[in-house]
Amino acid sequence: MTHLVILPILLPLLAGSVLLLAAQLGAGARRAIALAATLALLPVALLLLDRVGDGTHLVYALGDWAPPFGIVLVADRLAVAMLLLTAVVALASLLYAASGDDARGPQYHALFQFQLLGINGAFLTGDLFNLFVFFEVLLIASYALLLHGSGARRVGAALHVVVLNLIGSALFLFAVGTLYGVAGTLNLADLARVMPLLGPDVAPLARSGALLLLGVFALKAALLPLGFWLPRAYAAATGATAALFAVLTKVGVYAILRVYPLVFGPGAGEVADVAAAWVLPVALVTLAFGALGVLASQSLRTMAGWMVVYSVGTLLVAVGLFTEAGYAAAVYYTAHSTLASAALFLLADLVARHRVAAGDRLDALDVMPHTTLLGGLFFVTAVTVAGLPPLSGFVGKLMVLEATQQAAVAVVSWSVLLAAALVVIVAVARAGSALFWRTAPEPAAAQAMPLDRRSVGAVAGLLACAVGLVLWGGAAASYAWSTARQLADPSGYVAAVLGADANAQEQRRSLR
Amino acid sequence: MEALVAIAIGVLTGTGVFLLLRARTFPVLLGLTLLSYAVNLFLFVSGRLVVASAPLTDLGLDAYPDPIPQALVLTAIVIGFGMTALLVVLALRALLDTGGDHVDGGER
Amino acid sequence: MLLPLVILIPLLGAWLPAALSRAFGIDPARTAGTLVTVALAIVLGQAGAVLDGATFVQSWPWIPSLGLNASFRLDGYALLFALLVLVIGALVVLYARYYLAPEDSKERFYGLLLLFMGAMLGVVLSENLLLLVTFWELTSLSSFLLIGFWRHQADARRGARLALMITGAGGLALLAGVLLLGQVVGSFELTQVLASGALIKAHPLYETILVLVLLGAFTKSAQFPFHFWLPHAMAAPTPVSAYLHSATMVKAGVFLLGRLFPALAGTETWFFVVSGAGLATQLFASYVALFRHDLKGLLAYSTVSHLGLITLLFGLGTPLGEIAAVFHIINHAVFKASLFMAAGIVDHETGTRDMRRLSGLARYMPWTAALATIAAGAMAGVPLLNGFLSKEMFFAETLQVQWLGPWYWIMPVAATLAGIFTVAYSTRFVHDVFFGPAPQGLPKAPHEPPRWMKVPVEILVGLCLLVGLAPAITVAPLLRAAAGAVLQGPLPEFSLKLWHGVNLPLLMSVVALAGGAIVYFTRRYHFDLHGYRQRPVDGRTISEGAVSHAVYGARWLVGRVANHSLQRYVLLLVIAALGLGFTGARGLTLTGTATLTPADGLAVLVTAALVVAAVAVAVVHARRLQALVLVGIVGLAVSLAFVRLSAPDLALTQLLVEIVTVLLLLLAMYFLPAESPPEPSRARVARDVAVAVAAGGAMAALAWALLTRPFDSIAWYYLENAKPEGGGYNVVNVILVDFRGFDTLGEITVLGIAAVGILALLQGLRLEGPALDWDGRPWAAERYPLMLRVLSQPLLPLALLVSAYLFLRGHNAPGGGFIAGLVTGTAMLLQYVAQGSAWASARLPWNYTRVIAAGLLLATATGLASWAFGAPFLTSTFGYVTWPVVGKFELASAMAFDLGIYLAVVGVVMVIISRLGGLAGPANASLEGR
Repeated sequence: MTHLVILPILLPLLAGSVLLLAAQLGAGARRAIALAATLALLPVALLLLDRVGDGTHLVYALGDWAPPFGIVLVADRLAVAMLLLTAVVALASLLYAASGDDARGPQYHALFQFQLLGINGAFLTGDLFNLFVFFEVLLIASYALLLHGSGARRVGAALHVVVLNLIGSALFLFAVGTLYGVAGTLNLADLARVMPLLGPDVAPLARSGALLLLGVFALKAALLPLGFWLPRAYAAATGATAALFAVLTKVGVYAILRVYPLVFGPGAGEVADVAAAWVLPVALVTLAFGALGVLASQSLRTMAGWMVVYSVGTLLVAVGLFTEAGYAAAVYYTAHSTLASAALFLLADLVARHRVAAGDRLDALDVMPHTTLLGGLFFVTAVTVAGLPPLSGFVGKLMVLEATQQAAVAVVSWSVLLAAALVVIVAVARAGSALFWRTAPEPAAAQAMPLDRRSVGAVAGLLACAVGLVLWGGAAASYAWSTARQLADPSGYVAAVLGADANAQEQRRSLR
Repeated sequence: MEALVAIAIGVLTGTGVFLLLRARTFPVLLGLTLLSYAVNLFLFVSGRLVVASAPLTDLGLDAYPDPIPQALVLTAIVIGFGMTALLVVLALRALLDTGGDHVDGGER
Repeated sequence: MLLPLVILIPLLGAWLPAALSRAFGIDPARTAGTLVTVALAIVLGQAGAVLDGATFVQSWPWIPSLGLNASFRLDGYALLFALLVLVIGALVVLYARYYLAPEDSKERFYGLLLLFMGAMLGVVLSENLLLLVTFWELTSLSSFLLIGFWRHQADARRGARLALMITGAGGLALLAGVLLLGQVVGSFELTQVLASGALIKAHPLYETILVLVLLGAFTKSAQFPFHFWLPHAMAAPTPVSAYLHSATMVKAGVFLLGRLFPALAGTETWFFVVSGAGLATQLFASYVALFRHDLKGLLAYSTVSHLGLITLLFGLGTPLGEIAAVFHIINHAVFKASLFMAAGIVDHETGTRDMRRLSGLARYMPWTAALATIAAGAMAGVPLLNGFLSKEMFFAETLQVQWLGPWYWIMPVAATLAGIFTVAYSTRFVHDVFFGPAPQGLPKAPHEPPRWMKVPVEILVGLCLLVGLAPAITVAPLLRAAAGAVLQGPLPEFSLKLWHGVNLPLLMSVVALAGGAIVYFTRRYHFDLHGYRQRPVDGRTISEGAVSHAVYGARWLVGRVANHSLQRYVLLLVIAALGLGFTGARGLTLTGTATLTPADGLAVLVTAALVVAAVAVAVVHARRLQALVLVGIVGLAVSLAFVRLSAPDLALTQLLVEIVTVLLLLLAMYFLPAESPPEPSRARVARDVAVAVAAGGAMAALAWALLTRPFDSIAWYYLENAKPEGGGYNVVNVILVDFRGFDTLGEITVLGIAAVGILALLQGLRLEGPALDWDGRPWAAERYPLMLRVLSQPLLPLALLVSAYLFLRGHNAPGGGFIAGLVTGTAMLLQYVAQGSAWASARLPWNYTRVIAAGLLLATATGLASWAFGAPFLTSTFGYVTWPVVGKFELASAMAFDLGIYLAVVGVVMVIISRLGGLAGPANASLEGR
């Protein structure tokens, strides 16, 4: 019994509450508390990584109630990888916000912590309804963060996001009700145990529930046609917030990766592979349309927003295969695309900050101070997001391509993937040349605002991680593969949660 | 009884969805409220119906309702309250910032 | 010796020129030169062994699961290219030092040049095909930056983008091809791939692979119809052109043709596609070159045509053809580099590259003129120069084509024709620029360039002569090694003699030379070169048009689809949900087998009320007050349903939340317009009704299907263990604070965040309520009615008492933290309604945010306390104490948790109500800062 597992939830919860309570503290102190709490997540995640590296599932039974009756937290390779990724992105985003954005509204740091609480909880929980609760936590925190600094643009975007997600929550509960109504349990492992036992009479109901759930996750992951809200909303948020949001969409992807192979996998009898028919085609559409969105974007922020849609599309092409290779590609690509998108959002904000007149608009001519440094950062980011060698995007694209190679729809997938890649390359080349080459002549007495160290550091840090994914690509890929094996064979998860003989409940039930 | 509950859920969902598709913030708010009623009812009855009872074990009844959905719905109600409250204020803010109560801002 | 070093030195050294010149003011050219020399030395260190036929392969695992390894290969072919890249690279470094203007950033130039050089070396030294593709794309990227070096020139930017787009597209095709190749062979290592030629050519995927790989090669080597990016890349500084278009960038394509020769070449498809493309390119480009007025433009098309020649030779698929190809790769690199440099000198010293303005420069720069003439001669294939030899071999090979049958003559004829044009434009290059009358009105007064700017040209021209005069002792060993490495087998006999006696190839050369001279010098009879207007339309305009059309198309489409309309997004979401739900439910029998609960009159009545009220809401929603009242009725009905269906806690909570929500909406309505404007279109209403009915029907059906099926759940466990394990009879409450306390913790967090978010939203929000009510009557002057005030005052303490009671009994009977909290909240809220927020906040002076925080912390702390006993978070315990008066009383740790909930709930309700209530008018001034 190690309490390590719950720390990624408790740390932000305590930090957030303290920040709420300590209203009278100065900005500096609040910043310090927030940074400390966020920084602390890194070692925790690394320790967990070490613990689960050998394939063990760390199970934490809250309130000491034996599953499936109490809520359990489960840390496996996938969950921990996501925790680590979140910790890194959060740190960079907070570092960036600490350059002044955090002062543009009240309680920024508290909200930031609660956002992390929701995200980490969603990664760790092993209970369907508890997943709903953490979704709500991260959603409401994200609404507040999205509104941070206010402004009509943000309010308008937020209104859409809130309404859509409230409907999403309603769908979630319909799904939970349906699944509980047929399976009589909420624990994911227990659900996995029960699904194969369902008779043909109730199986259709379970499938309905499962697919409604897929709809919810698709909304969170911004799969089209449910993801149109994303680019505008993310572009409206402050750079730091948007960077953190790069993780939010991945929570939706994570939920798909977590629930479907485990509960509705090949072994689920009547409800087996219920999502298989849906994800891949939708993902291809998302990918294609996302690329068009990138091409159509007239500001760097919007482009970053569509880039998220594009990458989610690519990601779910891999997930949609529901094969080991697909999972592996998905895990690696998740890490890559999250880091890259986050970096792009921060960079867009940085560019907008320094391009005084035109901001991040691509169609307007303006002076571009610090061309060398910002241009360099942009080049690296662009190469990463466009999936060009030698950076992580290329490796990710390779893994996805190799994973789809064997699939029935290989030809279609490859054509879409490669065509979209070209479109994105063209788009970022245009953007880069518009921002950093087609610049207005510097005014004689141009006193360029100095670059903020922390902000640049945040971007560079994220990019460095992306480069690390390539330099240590062997290690990263093999972790992704071992994660994939864990996902493809859920028996380990079920055994770890419900005890070696998964029929323990049967005995408990016989007590009645 | 089951039929009545099913009908109630259906009507609440339907009217809720209809109002959600309106163009002004206030009807959308009402729609969400109705939809949440539907959701709560549905989630609640996923534990099936038991009449004239209560999940109080000291009553010594022979049939108890399934307490889990009740707990879940309680949580859902409270969360829903928080969300609705935020949305109400957001609607007001939008009214102020965009000068109208159209869901896409302004007057459209 | 470590092969990777050869690549890494320039690649990682790319930042050194800038760094060193900033730190110690060292000339960037010097730094770059040193790095190149070091790399060159490493390669030369191995040259001996390689020339004797050795092949070095060094491999490190990188991403084995992908088949992507850091493995490198140095054989004759790789050596040849490495030498070209490094030697000519070194000369370009030297040349550029004098070419670049003071305002050009030398740091940036040399950095990019080294970057490109490293990428190029990576391409030629890769043993792993995926690695090769990686470097391949890297050359596209770095050349993009080099071509765009003069970033303020629109032409440079456009040329760079064009090059990136075309070569990038080719790169993607190549990637696909290589992946398939790897799938067929089972490895990406060249050694295996080259050994599996037979297997590959027999494989059904062969044609696909071939096409994809060739797309990569042709785009890179500017083969027709992908040639057009290359002339536009001439916007780059001349040293860049000299480098990219003689020895490196464009040679990568033909390099690949040679590298994969054993794996892919020799089939009929190969012959027709490759040599076909080559022939077309060579003819077309050599003809067009004649009509360029820009020196670099002429050289660009000449480059294209020579690449066509090389491609053609590879396409023949014969060993001798391959040898000729390799030979011409060398020769072309040498003379083309020198020609570009000469053109640069002319440009540099006269200020123009337009052959219509240049003339008779030999007077001013005789030495340069001599060098350029010799190099041009080599390009034209004049005897005693290197170009002649490979041109001879080329002519000879065109006579040996086996596939064409009766059409065998096409090849030699076309080749000779191309030869004629080549001679013609070579002559023009020399004659137009250096001979004829003295030039008029040049931007600068022409003169010889600085000494060291000519040295690179001299070296290269020297090579032209050496190779041309004594091939056997100069180039032969390298050629043998390279050609052998390409074939991966024994070389056929071939001789590099100048004189093979009078034979057909010689005749063709003579025809070409004479014909070319005639064509040029008699041009005025055929066509007026100088008056020739270049076609306005070319590949760039077309492809750029395509791109901008794509952009506008995308904008239109995205704008139409993602039109920021919430109504559309909601509709999509609902329809998606319906679609998913229905497909899932396929094969469902609606009614199950469970025994049903009998209905009673009251239930029917309540349901009826609910249905009527709900439908009425939908109908009258435009009149908002009525709608709100109706919603209240619906909520009431729901809580009644909860009562009836044995959920007292739910009923209570629902009722209280109901009250607060309705009050909230009332407040909102006070500011919002009283009515919605009429619907824009009936059609839309009809559509929405249809969707709504479908959704409602679906949910009803789902509920019915569930309720009519027998059910077994884990509920029994909670019913059995609530008291013995959780210490409470009220199972729901025990679940909330104990079994599933974690949910509850998350849930009050949600409430807390909501409160914070609301506070943030309300900051600086000032709304003016309407002066008149909805029937146009002025509001009552007295905002807080007497009755209410009188009644509400004693209500508060009473309510507090009630909530205390509800709280304490919660564990065993309906009640608990939530409900108690809501009661308190509602009561306090009543104070605000009755007394006005100023009055109330004066008497209830707390910062409610901190109340919430306190609640959260208390709940969390309770959970943490269990760690002290080595139990997991939120583990509960309980015991009994005997209090005076109250008597025996149960204390559960869960109660502390519940207290946290209570505080949070009260705090949230108060934040929302107090701030919202105080919104209108000045009343909330007193609340600022809370």
